[in-house]
Amino acid sequence: MPPLLEARGVTRRLPEGPVLVRDINLTLRAGEFIAVTGPSGSGKSSLLYLLGLLDRPSEGHVLLEGKDTARLPAAELAALRLARLGFVFQFHFLLPEFTALDNVLIPIRRRGLLRGAAARDRAMGLLDAFGLAPAAQKLPEQLSGGMRQRCAIARALANDPALILADEPTGNLDSANAAAVFDIFARLTREEGCAVVVVTHDAALAARASRRVNLVDGVIESDAAQG
Amino acid sequence: MNLLLDLARGMLTRRLRQTLVSVTGIALGVAFFIATAAIMRGFQTYFVTQIIDVSPHITIKDETRRPTAQAAELAHPDGAVLVHGVKPRDRVRGIRNAAQKVAILEAMEGVAAAPVLQAQSLLRYGSRDVSAVLTGLEPERHRRVSNIESDMIAGTLDDLRRSANGIIVGEALAWRLGIGMGDTLSAVAPNGTVLSMKVVGMFRTGIQAVDQGHGFALLKVAQVLADRPNVVNQILIRLADVTQAEPMARQIEARFGDRTESWEEQSANILTVFVIQNAIMFSVTGAILLVAAFGIYNVISTVVIEKTRDIAILKSLGFTEGDIQLLFLVQGIVAGLLGALVGCVLGALMIEGLALIRFGTNTPSGQGQFLLDRDWRLYLLASFFAMVAAALASVIPARRASRLDPVQVVRGAA
Repeated sequence: MPPLLEARGVTRRLPEGPVLVRDINLTLRAGEFIAVTGPSGSGKSSLLYLLGLLDRPSEGHVLLEGKDTARLPAAELAALRLARLGFVFQFHFLLPEFTALDNVLIPIRRRGLLRGAAARDRAMGLLDAFGLAPAAQKLPEQLSGGMRQRCAIARALANDPALILADEPTGNLDSANAAAVFDIFARLTREEGCAVVVVTHDAALAARASRRVNLVDGVIESDAAQG
Repeated sequence: MNLLLDLARGMLTRRLRQTLVSVTGIALGVAFFIATAAIMRGFQTYFVTQIIDVSPHITIKDETRRPTAQAAELAHPDGAVLVHGVKPRDRVRGIRNAAQKVAILEAMEGVAAAPVLQAQSLLRYGSRDVSAVLTGLEPERHRRVSNIESDMIAGTLDDLRRSANGIIVGEALAWRLGIGMGDTLSAVAPNGTVLSMKVVGMFRTGIQAVDQGHGFALLKVAQVLADRPNVVNQILIRLADVTQAEPMARQIEARFGDRTESWEEQSANILTVFVIQNAIMFSVTGAILLVAAFGIYNVISTVVIEKTRDIAILKSLGFTEGDIQLLFLVQGIVAGLLGALVGCVLGALMIEGLALIRFGTNTPSGQGQFLLDRDWRLYLLASFFAMVAAALASVIPARRASRLDPVQVVRGAA
């Protein structure tokens, strides 16, 4: 069985010249909880966008479940993101006009596997798992920062993805909420067999991951299992 | 698709006021289009019906469209024949074999024909002279091609037969001469023939030129007055299906060779005016819709700029470029649809409002108000234009939205 995600010699440089990441080789397996750390500007986020098929490498290949994505058209990458990947960003990016429940429903409805009551049940189940059931009918602006981020995670999980990619998900949260988010990620890898990649510069949180990748100047400086 | 509609609704309600302004713009464009088109079309339809009602659908005249071909030219159609100094034969003017032609025409399905002789004459009563066109007609046939009988205010066409040398004159003509029913006037033809004629009827069409300068007599009487026995210089035709006038006229002309004019050809100048009127109307209302379309372009552009974050997250969630483009196109089309709906209601109200206006003038035809055309197809046409304008206006911002790179947005927001 092929690994969940594989990066082979991935380099990404901007048209203007600067290199964001260089010659990245990385293999992710189901159930792994990986923290990507490194100083500001070391290319952590760029690497995450490449692994998440939001960006295309200038050189090298990203393989998702053994499938090379380098030559896939944009629409197929979008379909893969919809079905297999979930994103969490530092900013929650919830749509402000829609309730927490509707926000979680958006990817479910877009995929179209679940409809009507089944889709609603799925979304409510996710909100409930993160303690958001009472807030399901509230607009994002009526939620606290921690609740918004948990809602964003619930949305990322909406289509039962194989891989969660989180970019500084705790950057806007206090330490209690940040710890809660990491608890959720740890539980997902343990219980759901999800792989999680978290970009963070919080060393204490990074220490809770099962594997830690440290980037310096766009190159992997260390990659080791921990804990 | 439902999802896209929900998303579009959310985004549009966010800019509710701006959206309402552009929807109002579209609505006004649609409403003005409907109202002006109703006025124009109503007037034009009335006018055309008047023409069709009053004048014959087809008129055959005692002329040919081009000079008749010379025998030498007919004999050598491919030869280089040049005939110089043709001396016209002196023959009695008139439609040849008129009786036979009328019989042929009457044998056709849905065709009524009536031969007439129109001649200039001078009507004299006491010391007053008025020049008038005297039309000689056969009452039985004429009744089937003309509505003159319904314009009679005294007497009937049949009364022409009841007295020797009877004449029917226009009301205004009677006033000018100062005569009344039963009075006897003298009619003088250009060739000098004088006939005493008794007024047996009067008519009022509302068209001044006709009422002031027209008279009717029996065909035989007119032929005697003009000293042109058995001559007919026009055949008037009325059709069951008026739309067939032009092709039928061409067919008759090809068969008989006499110059044959349909009502469309005779009223070509008015119909051309209508075309220009319509062009003006379409450009003015088109301009309103164009301005409204810019309003929609503005709203959608603003939404796209405001919603860059939402677009980015939708793309990262797995929405394709096509989805995003459709999302904003839908918003434009929804705005166009709303505008069209409101505009149709507004247009209907405007039409009913216009219908209440009275000008207080008393034209001979008795029209003191707008003549309005309440045609549902106008609503459909206006709505269609509005939707197309709205869709086109949202294409550019929608394309821009679809090309947005989520990575750049996510980076900027972090």
